[in-house]
Amino acid sequence: MSTQVPEQTEEESSADTESQSQSQSAAQQARMQKKRDRAAERDRQKEAEEAEKASSEDDTYLLKVFRYDPEVEGKQEPRFDEFHVPYHQGMTVLDALMYARDEYDSSLTFRHSCRQAVCGSDALFIDGRQRLGCKTQLSDLEEPVRIEPLPHQEVVKDLVVDMEHFYDQMHAVEPYFQTNDLPEGEQLQSRENREKIKMSTRCIWCGACMSSCNIAAGDNKYLGPAAINKAYRFTMDEREGEDMQEHRMEILEQEHGVWRCQTQFSCTEVCPKDIPLTEHIQELKREAVKNNLKFW
Amino acid sequence: MHEHDVIVVGAGGAGLRAAIAAQEEGADVAIVSKLHPVRSHTGAAEGGINAALREGDSWEQHAYDTMKGSDYLGDAPAIETLCQDSPEEVIQLEHWGLAFSRDEDGRMSQRPFGGMSFPRTTYAGAETGHQLLHTMYEQLVKRGIQVYDEWYVTRLAVSDEEDPTERHCHGVVAYDIKSGGLDAFHARDGVILATGGPGQVFDHTTNAVANTGDGPAMAYRAGVPLEDMEFIQFHPTTLPSTGVLITEGVRGEGGILYNEDGERFMFERGYANNDGELASRDVVSRAELTEVNEGRGIEDEYVHLDMRHLGEERIIDRLENIVHLAEDFEGVDPLEQPMPVKPGQHYAMGGIETDENGETCISGLYAAGECACASVHGSNRLGGNALPELTVFGKRAGRHAAGGDLGTAEIETGKRGDWEVGEVDTPVEPGDVSAPGEDVVADGSGGTAAASGGSLSPDEYVQRALDVERERVQTLLEKEEGRQHAEIRADVQKSMTRNVNVFREEAGLKQALRDIRDAREKYQDVYVADKSSTFNTDLIQTIETRNVLDLAEAITLGALARDEFRGAHWRKENQERRDDVWLKHTMLSWEDGRPDLWYRPVVLEGENKTYEPKVRSY
Repeated sequence: MSTQVPEQTEEESSADTESQSQSQSAAQQARMQKKRDRAAERDRQKEAEEAEKASSEDDTYLLKVFRYDPEVEGKQEPRFDEFHVPYHQGMTVLDALMYARDEYDSSLTFRHSCRQAVCGSDALFIDGRQRLGCKTQLSDLEEPVRIEPLPHQEVVKDLVVDMEHFYDQMHAVEPYFQTNDLPEGEQLQSRENREKIKMSTRCIWCGACMSSCNIAAGDNKYLGPAAINKAYRFTMDEREGEDMQEHRMEILEQEHGVWRCQTQFSCTEVCPKDIPLTEHIQELKREAVKNNLKFW
Repeated sequence: MHEHDVIVVGAGGAGLRAAIAAQEEGADVAIVSKLHPVRSHTGAAEGGINAALREGDSWEQHAYDTMKGSDYLGDAPAIETLCQDSPEEVIQLEHWGLAFSRDEDGRMSQRPFGGMSFPRTTYAGAETGHQLLHTMYEQLVKRGIQVYDEWYVTRLAVSDEEDPTERHCHGVVAYDIKSGGLDAFHARDGVILATGGPGQVFDHTTNAVANTGDGPAMAYRAGVPLEDMEFIQFHPTTLPSTGVLITEGVRGEGGILYNEDGERFMFERGYANNDGELASRDVVSRAELTEVNEGRGIEDEYVHLDMRHLGEERIIDRLENIVHLAEDFEGVDPLEQPMPVKPGQHYAMGGIETDENGETCISGLYAAGECACASVHGSNRLGGNALPELTVFGKRAGRHAAGGDLGTAEIETGKRGDWEVGEVDTPVEPGDVSAPGEDVVADGSGGTAAASGGSLSPDEYVQRALDVERERVQTLLEKEEGRQHAEIRADVQKSMTRNVNVFREEAGLKQALRDIRDAREKYQDVYVADKSSTFNTDLIQTIETRNVLDLAEAITLGALARDEFRGAHWRKENQERRDDVWLKHTMLSWEDGRPDLWYRPVVLEGENKTYEPKVRSY
């Protein structure tokens, strides 16, 4: 899709600015001719490419998409539907899903919104791995592209999973800044400290890490990588003060907290924001040990 | 029926700030949002939040820059409020723990932004919106504020007096996306619309897919005027293939724009001899398209934005997110190559008409953030002014709705006081396809004013809205064949991008109105193929599409009426700002199923000074 401008503005638009210069006439006409030639050449190429595309199977991608809907008789048994989607340079899995929905089956259901890896709503299980649909290029995948809902979460419909448990775990770590000691104006924070927590603040709550974690899959109470990372974000923030740090460590040291992590790195591997989740969890384990030693 | 004192619709920055403020005022407040709060589009804001925090700067200077940036179409009381309140709001965010970028001395960093006379844009890398959204959501969790997430509000429950300024808003009707049930929400004190921008009216946009202008469309059909809708901001640096935003912070940090010949055209071609790349967004967008149109674009489509000379360290420190975006969505490594960029739809300066307290002409109905128009941006928004807008006016709307006393507003709303009749020559009849008075339930336009004799109790108004909405959803679901929303939406988006873009001309605008009319006719035959009551996105998008149609029409009508060149609105036939005729706001009211055009003068009188329109040069 391109931003188009009415043709007529070409002659007129320079009047809009103070850009008029003496060199306009001859040089510009030569340019315009060059431009028209190039445009014509590109049109010819495009037509040729499209004609080729239409006759060639290579330029479509085959998607195998998980389907399930408890409300619809034909879909109550989970199944995979196949969609052949015409490919264009730069096409992502989300683009392909939208195409399949808009052109073939409007009941195909998935969450998506920002298309730029920040709303976190389109984490999916794509070719056997948790990824964001909007950030995953089709060309990086093996065909047929298998698209499934995130594992270890209840499927609501097609690719939509129930996120309630994920949100509950995030809420369980008191995910909000707490300090009793606020100055009148801004609080200072060192560049180093901001740098230390920076990666942890990038979490977009997509749920990919929780879905990839074996421990979380087996232990429903385990806080899980996302929530522990959220706690890390506050525990390591120097602005909160020591009392709060201790309180946060208590939450993290509980039975289903940091000690459940078995350092499998699957969360770190799938995180679309490259947050070093496993490292953060290990660092908190070390903090916990230090914390306990203090009382001896 | 759910009951709360204050209902906030939408959970982006403005909605969250409003809810927190209402709760602090003692109200029982709930948020109803079609997305979970952390999915809101505020998260995609990159550049920063303007506030006069430092010695050498002042709110007065910020206000002057904003008024000049608005091309003298902003209302002074709103602009002054924005600039006075934003420092306190930024400090508040810092106290809530927002991880702002820091200077060596530990204070929050500020950087230069386009159209600002002082480096007053406070930021968190190039992900300020993400940090802001999550920080405010955390405060929501802390306070235990109730959120109905994945509930789509489809209708306002408004009383039906003949004159909109006498109507009252009693609540909303929402559709539970997960279960397919409709329910009513009675708001004892007020409803706050914070539904964000309408970017989906265009096909090349930085906006999320969810940004379909639901709030403005609902308010419009309930009787609130839409203000200055023609002023759509096109951001000069979006990635050509997807519309993904490359923050103005890149230019703020020293990024340079080049044309195909390697000329730094902002200077070398005289578009902005003083400020160059940091001229305001409308100026840079036009310059880029002029380069392309005159044959100096790359691939005849875009220009280059180069930040390599800033050095890897500075780029990673301040703009790291941009490196990822350019790599993931355009396949370009900006540490090694310049980025391709072109203008894309980014922001709506216009929206639901409110005063500086966030209230509309319908009592009990408020709006804040991008869906609203308190008129702080006029005809062109300066970068870094959207985030303070949503915190400042979100907070004010929340407090006021919950009963807080903010004093009498200086800005008038609705058809009261000083207004003038407008006229515009349209090639087709705008508005509903069916004759006025005919009940068009399927598209949500029927059943508002004067549907019943005598006035009802608040509960009865809410119940009636629910009944009307049930019928609409049922009608949509019962239809077995017809047209699908995706086709209708795509047609309108394409026409808007072709005809109502950076450069506009009469013939194109009229063509857009014809296309919108066609789409309205097709919409009469719309149907929902998915009959499921579980997570029915087909139904949601069908309802959204009707909102897209109404807003596309309002934008185009405003653009056709305003035959001058001001801010982001350029008209081929009229390339001059005409203060003698056009120092006024374009207003559209939905009356009997038709848009009615009228005007209201701009308020240039501030608290202690009156802003004199000057030639805007950078």
